[in-house]
Amino acid sequence: MKNAPPLPAAARADADPESGRFGAYGGRYVPETLMEALDEVTCAYAEAGADPAFRAELAALSADFVGRPTPLYQARRLGAAIGHPSVWLKREDLNHTGAHKINNTIGQALLARRMGKRRIIAETGAGQHGVATATACAIFDMECVVYMGEEDVQRQALNVYRMELLGAQVRPVRSGTRTLKDATNEAIRDWVTNVRDTHYIIGSVVGPDPFPRMVRDFQSVIGIEARAQILEKEGRLPGAVVACVGGGSNAMGIFHAFIPDREVRLVGVEAGGQGLESGRHSASLAVGVPGVLHGSLSYLLQDADGQVAPAHSVSAGLDYPGVGPEHSWLRDSGRAEYSWVTDDDALNAMRRLSQFEGIIPALETAHAIAWVIEHGTDQEGPIVVCLSGRGDKDVAHVARLEGRDHLI
Amino acid sequence: MISQAFAARRAMGCSALVPYVTAGYPSEDATVPLLEALADAGADVLELGIPFSDPLADGPTIQASSFASLANGTTVERVLDDLAAFRARRDTPVVLFTYLNPVLRFGVDRFVRAAVDAGASGLLLTDLPTGADPALESVLIDSPLDLIRLIAPTTPLVRVPDVARGGSGFLYYISRTGVTGARTDLSDSLASEVEAIRAAVDLPVAVGFGISTPEQAAVVGDVADGVVVGSALVRRLAEEGIDAGAAFVASLRAALG
Repeated sequence: MKNAPPLPAAARADADPESGRFGAYGGRYVPETLMEALDEVTCAYAEAGADPAFRAELAALSADFVGRPTPLYQARRLGAAIGHPSVWLKREDLNHTGAHKINNTIGQALLARRMGKRRIIAETGAGQHGVATATACAIFDMECVVYMGEEDVQRQALNVYRMELLGAQVRPVRSGTRTLKDATNEAIRDWVTNVRDTHYIIGSVVGPDPFPRMVRDFQSVIGIEARAQILEKEGRLPGAVVACVGGGSNAMGIFHAFIPDREVRLVGVEAGGQGLESGRHSASLAVGVPGVLHGSLSYLLQDADGQVAPAHSVSAGLDYPGVGPEHSWLRDSGRAEYSWVTDDDALNAMRRLSQFEGIIPALETAHAIAWVIEHGTDQEGPIVVCLSGRGDKDVAHVARLEGRDHLI
Repeated sequence: MISQAFAARRAMGCSALVPYVTAGYPSEDATVPLLEALADAGADVLELGIPFSDPLADGPTIQASSFASLANGTTVERVLDDLAAFRARRDTPVVLFTYLNPVLRFGVDRFVRAAVDAGASGLLLTDLPTGADPALESVLIDSPLDLIRLIAPTTPLVRVPDVARGGSGFLYYISRTGVTGARTDLSDSLASEVEAIRAAVDLPVAVGFGISTPEQAAVVGDVADGVVVGSALVRRLAEEGIDAGAAFVASLRAALG
């Protein structure tokens, strides 16, 4: 129990827990039916965070099941190629199930068990959160239903099979854009209907309060570890911390511990798709306008009539028109900066990291790598990149994009 | 306007009928003739849906009507224009039913002014629960529009007066957890739930979510001040057109007495 790291909730939270807001962003814009459930989750989470037994169980599972702490690994050949002496990869791809998503699903499944909820629902884009949720449900013997856009079901067929193998039921969503946005709508509809016995494990730092701060807290282990590791290896703080941003959970996870370190640049990299001028991208923070989607106020891709605009990215996990409210707040306050790279940049970065470092990154993660390749050379001080997930799930999709379908 | 419509029905010893339709559906030009037909068929208050791209409180029927309406080119301005055209011909009060984002993008103050000018009587925002945004809510409460509050079956009875705070016109009781949509059975405990809510607040209580037949409407009408029918009507409009929709509303009206 002595080894249990504290949940950073109360001590570090930047959100006002009373209003559930980050500045003007966040809040609880949901049907009345869910308000009682949100209160219940908020109370349960506050109690769990203060309970040493909860923290100890989470710490034990993180160590023995997930495989934490993950290494901070120096990308020497990538660094040499861009002329930077100190590029480091925070290896979340080495977590069990291959991405950072499991940090959150184990935490929330423990919370669901505490609340006596035996049925779990989740949305998924790339499928990584769905797999991580299905995995947590297997440990705790919970029923698991995962909503996934039909287009993503096709893009990420392997992850669909993995979820089913883990005992989850995958429900393809055919409405709207048939991607993550509509999968989230459908998950919320399920929760509204089955709220009494169901917990909704949201996969990113989005949704109504308390989800953005709770998911951030469960993911903040990434930054807490990375900060200690870079201090040990380099004897100094990094010059920049870089992460991809769709909803933004891996970015919030690695940023959070560094927020008080004003000298550390925090760089979030959005999916520029086919370029911002094409209109086919997911760069909510770059060109969105604040609006309400999925229960919170945040930057949002929308048209002049307030209809949510379809997002696009080659990576299913970034293909989302909204973004977590804390990122909107960090953007406006200037504490974090947000950039974007295109689909092609990300595909090239995936290839280059694979060949330089022997690590095939997820297409989502490749956006952060692409930013480092493009902008890292002149960065003062060590660069820490959140290597949020492994790319095995994307290999078939990329081969198809290259016209090498015969390999699949 | 809305409270008078409820009071008029109560004086007659029966429940008010509140049909919901999605603007711009089933066709771009359907809104005005549809509202007229429903008013003439006996609707006491009309709910007019401004479609939203992500209707997460709605079931498949109203989702489909929202997507079709947006594909027909429906905008907030167009809905308000149609409402003004309807208002020139009939007096039946209209509640605008939508999600928050189209209103935010339009501008809350500008939306309220335009809605009042067009002749709207009330506003129902499915994703603005009581207390979610006090500054925004006070703008709506202070406006000439009735703010229609929703009570859910998961709302604890002790919180009903709080949730109803600032509400006017009527209180909308969601008769079960879930999204909008026609259902074949109704909750056994509905009568006691509605009775408890009526005892806690001084507003007419209308019940919605799942009412799909005249028989169900009659059962609900026996215990509530108003009956909201949405998906079952929208489905008829989709399958059989405006005349059939109006005939359905007339049958509901007849069942309510």
